[in-house]
Amino acid sequence: MIEAISGISAVYIFLLAAFAGYEVIAKVPVILHTPLMSGSNFIHGIVLVGAMIALGHADSTTEQVVGFFAVLLASMNAVGGYVVTERMLEMFKSSKEKKNG
Amino acid sequence: MGNLIEVVYFVAVALFILGLKRMSSPRHAREGIVWAGVGMVAATVATFFVPNLENFGLMIAAILIGSGIAFVSGKRVAMTDMPQMIALYNGMGGGAAAAIAAVELLKMSGNHADMSHSMITVQLAVAGAVIGTVSFSGSLIAFAKLQGWLRKAIRFPYQQIFNLVVFVGTIGTGVYLAFVGADISIIILFFVLALAFGVLITIPIGGADMPVVISLFNALTGLAVAFEGFVLNNAAMIIAGTVVGAAGTLLTQLMARAMNRPISNVLFGSFGTTGGAVEEEVTGSLKPIEASDAAVMMAFAEKVIIIPGYGLAVAQAQHKIWEMSKQLIENGVDVKFAIHPVAGRMPGHMNVLLAEAGVPYDRILDLDEINEDFATTDVALVIGANDVVNPVARTNPESPIYGMPILNADYAKNVIVIKRGKGAGFSGIENALFYNDNTRMLYGDGQEMASQLIQGIKEL
Repeated sequence: MIEAISGISAVYIFLLAAFAGYEVIAKVPVILHTPLMSGSNFIHGIVLVGAMIALGHADSTTEQVVGFFAVLLASMNAVGGYVVTERMLEMFKSSKEKKNG
Repeated sequence: MGNLIEVVYFVAVALFILGLKRMSSPRHAREGIVWAGVGMVAATVATFFVPNLENFGLMIAAILIGSGIAFVSGKRVAMTDMPQMIALYNGMGGGAAAAIAAVELLKMSGNHADMSHSMITVQLAVAGAVIGTVSFSGSLIAFAKLQGWLRKAIRFPYQQIFNLVVFVGTIGTGVYLAFVGADISIIILFFVLALAFGVLITIPIGGADMPVVISLFNALTGLAVAFEGFVLNNAAMIIAGTVVGAAGTLLTQLMARAMNRPISNVLFGSFGTTGGAVEEEVTGSLKPIEASDAAVMMAFAEKVIIIPGYGLAVAQAQHKIWEMSKQLIENGVDVKFAIHPVAGRMPGHMNVLLAEAGVPYDRILDLDEINEDFATTDVALVIGANDVVNPVARTNPESPIYGMPILNADYAKNVIVIKRGKGAGFSGIENALFYNDNTRMLYGDGQEMASQLIQGIKEL
């Protein structure tokens, strides 16, 4: 990492990100609730990045074991979240094409 | 190199937010997930180049195993089982956030002189650990419930007090870790208590409320990820986690509102425990009907509204039902689908299934759009739905579902209910609609019955 994020700017990041998250889905139609929950479930799969760093810094065997599980679980979150969301949204696409065509 | 990694993270975060934005409109939804996916791959690849990392062998092994399992299970799962898969993958994310915190805490316990962790960092690590662990064990219970492994809502005497004790214990050990110091035995106790709390808070909640709970756990995992992002000083995790935390909270509110139940009520209320009083008030009898008669009834109707519920998903009947609807439409019947906001196990669940079967959007209407129409409808066909059409929600203040907006199927001239057995709905409440004079019960598996209805209409 380049520089540490200082205390107050971390709080600002948190605040602005929270507003962004709220605004981005504020007007979502009901039919997209499930895919959107699934999609946001995929996005917190970014925890994989943190898991990799945690495992990368692990020294003792215990730390390595726990870190290994962190990466394992995180990659399941990311990949599973993507596959499931993609499958759901795929159907929205195909049904619309059927309708148009 | 460090700068380049930061740039990649920045782009990834931008893609996440834009992707989420795209996902919130049907037209661009699919691009949205692809954008977010590109961001995720980029961020993951960039992380391999973070300086001073070790254990690459373990890292790659874990990623390959985890991705493999998730890819296969995600591809194989039936469309109807999506809600529990979301719960499962969400739990994995919570567990990962908790495990990151565990690694950091273990580091501190091993090296008391390590000054690289400031007090606030430790507190955030602990906070993320609590939230992540609760989300992990809670999501697994939610998964088990929806998968049918855990059928009943489990309740025992003094449950709320017991939960409170476990909660206080979790927070107590967490505070000890955050302010006094990390000790291996306390770390273990802390995680055990947090795991137990996640289980305890989820087991008494009925299946009907699971969507709200899963959405809440989804938001919590996001928050846990954000907290661990602070600990690791990783802006991508902070922003992505916080965005999901906020978006997930909003989604949870929207779902709870659709059911007309405050979130606190879902978590601490006692859904279904007062159900006994309601059953006695239902009068009348259940009147069965044959598929051929039901077919005639619909074929000669002017207007038919189909109300799908979880039973449709279980029976995988969406294709057959649409086939049947097409026949009716050819016969000049006006066929519409009415979707309750919480039909199925998640908002939008039914829309996804009907989209899969190829039902056009304009035939699918939600509660507000269609509820007026029931009065002029000849046949309301209820397939596998129960609580969302139960008129006691309107009439009986004693009922646990009182006040929940329902589809007014009982206003239709005739009601046909396709149902597997005589059991009550997921909330355990008897349905007064089934006993109405204008209601006929068509007992059987949804798909099987739909086939018989198709046959019946053909033979006319």
